[in-house]
Amino acid sequence: YFANIPEAPADSILKLSVQSKADPSSNKVDLGVGAYRDNNGKPWILPVVSKASSRLATDPGFNHEYLSVGGLPALTGGAQTLIFGQNSRAIDDKRVYTIQTISGTGANMVGAVFLKQFKRPENAAVYISKPTWGNHRSIFQTAGHEVREYRYCNYETLGLDIDGMVADLRAAPEGQIIVLHACAHNPTGIDPTAEQWQQIADAMEERGHFPFFDCAYQGFATGDVDRDAYAIRLFVARGFELLVAESFAKNMGLYGERTGCLHAVTRSADLIPAVSSQLNRLSRATISTAAAYGAKVAGTVLQDPELYKEWLDNMAEMSSRIKTMRDALRDKLVELGTPGTWDHVSNQIGMFSFTGLSKPQVAALKEKYHMYLTEDGRISVAGLNTGNIDYAAKAIDDVVRNVK
Amino acid sequence: MLSSALRTSLRRTAASQTSTPARALATWAQIEMGPPDAILGITEAFKRDGDARKMNLGVGAYRTDEGKPYVLGAVRKAEEALLAKRLDKEYLPITGLAKFTGAAAELAYGADSSALGRVAITQTISGTGALRVGGAFLQRFYKTQQTVYLPSPSWGNHAAVFRDCGLKVANYRYYDAATRGLNLGAMLDDLRALPRGSIVLLHACAHNPTGVDPTPAQWQQIQSVVEEREHLAFFDMAYQGFASGDADRDAAALRAFVAAGKAPVVLSQSFAKNMGLYGERVGTFSIVGADAAERDRLLSQIKILVRPLYSNPPINGARIASEVLNNAPLRTEWLGEVKQMADRIIGMRTALRSRLEELGSVHSWNHITDQIGMFCYTGLKPEQVDRLAKDFHIYLTRDGRVSVAGITTANVNYLAESIHSVTKN
Repeated sequence: YFANIPEAPADSILKLSVQSKADPSSNKVDLGVGAYRDNNGKPWILPVVSKASSRLATDPGFNHEYLSVGGLPALTGGAQTLIFGQNSRAIDDKRVYTIQTISGTGANMVGAVFLKQFKRPENAAVYISKPTWGNHRSIFQTAGHEVREYRYCNYETLGLDIDGMVADLRAAPEGQIIVLHACAHNPTGIDPTAEQWQQIADAMEERGHFPFFDCAYQGFATGDVDRDAYAIRLFVARGFELLVAESFAKNMGLYGERTGCLHAVTRSADLIPAVSSQLNRLSRATISTAAAYGAKVAGTVLQDPELYKEWLDNMAEMSSRIKTMRDALRDKLVELGTPGTWDHVSNQIGMFSFTGLSKPQVAALKEKYHMYLTEDGRISVAGLNTGNIDYAAKAIDDVVRNVK
Repeated sequence: MLSSALRTSLRRTAASQTSTPARALATWAQIEMGPPDAILGITEAFKRDGDARKMNLGVGAYRTDEGKPYVLGAVRKAEEALLAKRLDKEYLPITGLAKFTGAAAELAYGADSSALGRVAITQTISGTGALRVGGAFLQRFYKTQQTVYLPSPSWGNHAAVFRDCGLKVANYRYYDAATRGLNLGAMLDDLRALPRGSIVLLHACAHNPTGVDPTPAQWQQIQSVVEEREHLAFFDMAYQGFASGDADRDAAALRAFVAAGKAPVVLSQSFAKNMGLYGERVGTFSIVGADAAERDRLLSQIKILVRPLYSNPPINGARIASEVLNNAPLRTEWLGEVKQMADRIIGMRTALRSRLEELGSVHSWNHITDQIGMFCYTGLKPEQVDRLAKDFHIYLTRDGRVSVAGITTANVNYLAESIHSVTKN
């Protein structure tokens, strides 16, 4: 019955991870998967997360009962305030509905399916940045949308191609769905400035486009949750209706607990009953209810002022270590006199850096130096540390000079 | 803290909000209210009720004889063991925790099953997620038929899940309202009449919502017809161990189909009830392949399906389940607790039926003890169900389905008296 089903290609990032794990070399440097590592190259349980977990472990009321379809209120309510701000008009106006999801992927998918059912015009395409997270195209196509790209990365400067982006937004038919990275763009690390976000908002308003924000790194990008939410709050303040897919995988280190939310901001409160009922309905038919444990951990942190403050500190620690590594890599490459300019490494932001290395150079790094990064030249900066930064810089220097 | 430039620009745009709003895409305005969820709606009504005698017989979650949620001892111990290990929270592979799925496959198919080496299994978001992945898989790869046939009645969410996968949904006759038992003849007729190679959803044990299960002899007849018509058997097993108290007995039908090796078999498996892991969302979806090579091909395609849905499944519940299944003393303790839960439910069935008979009810209540598992299809009519809610503060779904786990020694008499009140005419 299934004999004719062909073998499917393996996920390239995960394949890289498998290769890296299997590599016995003591020099190996894993700059592939986007998960934070401490300065010893180890996964890091945020101290505040450990505290929250201990509280749950000693709570006599703790159990494993089903969450409601909407999710854990401590999480969804806390997440709303985190994204939209303490003094959010949208929240005060009761124009926001939040549903808990299976992390960011689940939020993207719930939003994608919802939009397929209800978008106007019905043939509106979904536009993703060129490049973007590999799973975006798959998610929106699976949900049945046509997927197109808007220019984003200037491959010469490795900065934002703002003119190309705005031109593409203006040239698109009216009323398209635009996927925007709220901060710490994956894979490039290139974020618009505040002024550039205004330009983007202008173009989107002009053409009546619908923003779908993917927010997987709030607090992780600059270390400041309000700054990282600037773009989302700008669009809300300018009166856009929008969706936000939010993940706590990186900023709380909850990765495998699959903790996330989808937020819908509507024009008026009277639209919320219908919108929430439809989001609930489609989530019920996919997962029934979301995963409880990670939500309880995150909810505990978000709702306790002391823990919340400690969380901000933990995030600052992660983002500043990453920034330090960015600057260190750049400085070392400059010191080595590596051909080219390397400012982009320290200008880019968040987990990833688009180095500009070519496919052959990336392959050489793997073969000769046991350094693992994706074909597009993206490095997960969190994989760098004081122990391997010299080695990594020299390796990059070598392949830039000798491999074309 | 925001820079002053950022604060200024936000204030400016906030001010502009009071004038003409941005030309918003009228995305939401035409959206209609979705249908209320029948099962979860009961809980809402129950919560609002202030009467001390109120009973929630709606949602299918186990309750102790004190009416409280139950965290199994084996689960608690597993959690303590896990805490001590101080594990990280790194992503699982797409198909989940291998130690969990391996043990789950053994539990379902039997430790000595020849199928184990060729089962393509993935961890899923509990049973619902397994049905979703399974439905998506069949929609993409099972080109023989694209309709899923559900028993009439079935769990309310089955149809929604399969339709959202892009499959069609239809029914075969199952429950006999006259006998409150299985209408085997009609079921077999319907299965025989389906197009060859149809997708037939079968509740492995403890049918939801009726509690009516085929006997082993009846299962053999069902299996014959399914094999004869070359149908695909999609088993939904959400109550293994919880139905009879014996995990192997509850999986007997599934294993018989697999042993015969004639009909293709896929399985949705949930640990929500039998391990009490409900909200942690622990389940698996599996396909019995022809051999290990086919298993690998199937897995490669399952991964492609799963990645855009949720990337990888949650760790917490799977780790607990793995600890319980793979640690011999914990596993034994767990099986004992599952039997205790099943026994308490059987005890409540017996008590309810006895009390109704003692009250002199003219109706037959044998079905209460003939049926099995979490649910009982009482035969109560919608008007009677409404009266139970309004006059007696007892909440169940309008199809007359009672979650027996909501019955306790303290409230079984009140329930019997109330049912007697609304049915004695």
